[in-house]
Amino acid sequence: MFNYTFQWKQALARLPQMLDGAIVTMQIAILSMAIGILLAVVLTMFRLSGNRALSAIAKTWVEIARNTPALFQIYMAHFGLGSFGIHLSPFASILLGITFNNAGYLTENFRGALKAIPDTQTRAGRSLGFGAAGAFRYIVLPQMLRISFLPMTNQMVWAILMTSLGVTVGMNSDLYGVTQDLNALTFRTFELFAVAAVIFYLITKVITLGARLVASRLFRY
Amino acid sequence: MIEIENVRKSFGSLEVLKGIDLTVQKGEVVTIIGGSGSGKSTLLTCINGLEPIDSGRILVDGTEVHAKGTDLNKLRRKIGIVFQQFNAFPHLTVLENVTLAQRKVLKRSRAEAEAEAVKQLNHVGLGDKLKVYPGRLSGGQQQRMAIARALAMSPDYMLFDEVTSALDPQLVGEVLDTLRMLAGEGMTMICVTHEMKFAREVSDRVAFFHKGVMAEIAPPEQLFGNPKDTELQKFLSATH
Repeated sequence: MFNYTFQWKQALARLPQMLDGAIVTMQIAILSMAIGILLAVVLTMFRLSGNRALSAIAKTWVEIARNTPALFQIYMAHFGLGSFGIHLSPFASILLGITFNNAGYLTENFRGALKAIPDTQTRAGRSLGFGAAGAFRYIVLPQMLRISFLPMTNQMVWAILMTSLGVTVGMNSDLYGVTQDLNALTFRTFELFAVAAVIFYLITKVITLGARLVASRLFRY
Repeated sequence: MIEIENVRKSFGSLEVLKGIDLTVQKGEVVTIIGGSGSGKSTLLTCINGLEPIDSGRILVDGTEVHAKGTDLNKLRRKIGIVFQQFNAFPHLTVLENVTLAQRKVLKRSRAEAEAEAVKQLNHVGLGDKLKVYPGRLSGGQQQRMAIARALAMSPDYMLFDEVTSALDPQLVGEVLDTLRMLAGEGMTMICVTHEMKFAREVSDRVAFFHKGVMAEIAPPEQLFGNPKDTELQKFLSATH
């Protein structure tokens, strides 16, 4: 019915290069998550601050991040900023794009988590002499991060998968970019991308399982 | 000394405190009774500045709570408050619940804070629960932990806001026993409560609040034995 001879050896021979790419992919995802979480905490505080300008910034960020394609966000980081003379490398562009997306989604997750924490927790903290910032940091924040831990894991998986959009801005050192280049050299399209897909799958699986392990260690209550 | 002078407070168009005057001396135990919505709990949260007031003033050891320059965080260190909802910090063990504010607010060392926490937790009968998370405690135990947490800050005053109201009946006793013990030790306390027997036993004075007004205040034997205010008479006959 179809006339195609699988040549898995060709693809497997390139495995070391692809695994190098996988490391870059993980670097982007981890960095974008770490910065994204920090930004989301800041944006969450903006939202809570009661200051109109700050909460408008947070709101706009979340709206754009959640309601436009990730590809658009990455394009804007690369070509959009390029229009203003700010030229970011493909690595920086994809990192910026995914970080922007992560921060937006995580801010929204944090909002949901905050709703689950009763106001009386803050009140109890304040009556023990904590200032607003102290009560947030020591009492609200740890609970918020716990509640949003699984959504954060999901976002981490998304971050891994979104790195594949890097090829559109010329990224060629990550897993998807490397695979694309190898495909151009060998034309073993199915085999190469199948191997890449398996690597993606394994990475995300390890993340989800790892997160569960971390959660069971971290959250004993 | 806590001095409350002509304090008024509204939530929107609802005036919940209509000119309250009350002075609580060091070492005194004052309980406040009255129906729901009478303003009892609001008054407590005004005393430690959690709620602003509309007029009048509240002085704690001469410091005006709602004055602009008052450092509320500092003032609150000398006023412990325990709420109806225990407000245990679920992410911290019992020991950590009691050491957190000591360490971060009072800047006590870990060893110092833990020693104080162990002392207070033993005091309220939770010395064997140090490493347990609040989720594993009963309501009564959580409430006693909240009391230990407040006491560990070495407050000069303790405010108790219906601390037994959210408890199962069989757990009320253990919390009231803790309050009795504190009263016996000379702690200055203002307790909002629905426990009439308790109010009668521990109070130096009992205040009856009705619709935002302190309708009557007297030593317990007088207030319960010979109530003058007609609303108080109704209230007492309804609760007996």
